[in-house]
Amino acid sequence: VTQQGGESLAPLSGERVALVDLLDRLLGGGVVICGDVTLSIADVDLVTVSLRALVTSVSALAEVRDSHQDVPGPSR
Amino acid sequence: VTAEGRCVWLYAVTANGAAAVTGSPAGVGGEPVRVVRTAGLTAFVGHVDVLEFGAAALRRNLEELAWLDRTVRAHHAVIEAIAEGCPVVPMRLATIYATDEGVAEMMRQRATDLRWALSQIRARSEWGVKAFAAQPTDPGLPCGPGRATGPGAAYLQRRRAQLAANESGRRAATAGAQAVHTELCRLSAAARLYPPQSPDLARQPARMVLNGAYLVANERAGEFAAAIADLTATYRSVRLAVTGPWPAYSFVGGHEAGGQP
Repeated sequence: VTQQGGESLAPLSGERVALVDLLDRLLGGGVVICGDVTLSIADVDLVTVSLRALVTSVSALAEVRDSHQDVPGPSR
Repeated sequence: VTAEGRCVWLYAVTANGAAAVTGSPAGVGGEPVRVVRTAGLTAFVGHVDVLEFGAAALRRNLEELAWLDRTVRAHHAVIEAIAEGCPVVPMRLATIYATDEGVAEMMRQRATDLRWALSQIRARSEWGVKAFAAQPTDPGLPCGPGRATGPGAAYLQRRRAQLAANESGRRAATAGAQAVHTELCRLSAAARLYPPQSPDLARQPARMVLNGAYLVANERAGEFAAAIADLTATYRSVRLAVTGPWPAYSFVGGHEAGGQP
């Protein structure tokens, strides 16, 4: 069993939680209520937009490492 | 959205009485976290700038990994701090209102649901358990021109044997994940499966075959940990990784159910 490098189920303190694990829960979990502002952003939309950003960014980071060139940001 | 150029970011809801905001980390916009109380419930909120968190800005900012990372962590940090003191119903990222009154109105309308959610997570914690196929995925043999002209029959035989081994490894990993999930469900009040994370995002070369969340009574946490140690020893086809305890993100939205990994 690994707990991000640890050996037991003791709560971690100071250990950096992985962003993907956070996104599973913060975009896929939690109580879903349409706030006034988020009314215009559908549930699925929010997840899609964020995950697209993540995938784009991960591949963009790899490209930057590979080529040391500027990578165009996502379209607005 | 508001005349002042501010809107209200909602972090979480708790029952009344439990809530102290002192010691809460700053919110997603660096703002102090405040409370809004009504209907026997307490909401944790913060004023954020509409230029950064309004609908148009959100769409743009959610595409920025650095912004997303910062915001997700800040939202989580506030919820985690509250959860140390009492059961907390976390809100999905980016639940935003124009005013405190909007938050209060929502709490009155959803009071029954929110109280039900609080009752489900009281004295329980969420644990994440991920399983990875122990055998790394076959990257495939090089198939350049040098290979194609080699001793064909021997190559094909080797290749077939390798594919068969990979296939049996895959099957064993899937079966292992299923067995792990079934056993963990037995010890949990509820379980929920997330889609496996992609190897790129998870920064793990191995294939993820289980991405589960388990709601476990605090008094059974030791038993749960022991079960994971046993499962690790029993099922060599998978490697397990545990995260948590988490605030009960996965068990407040009415999605909880078992299922197939």
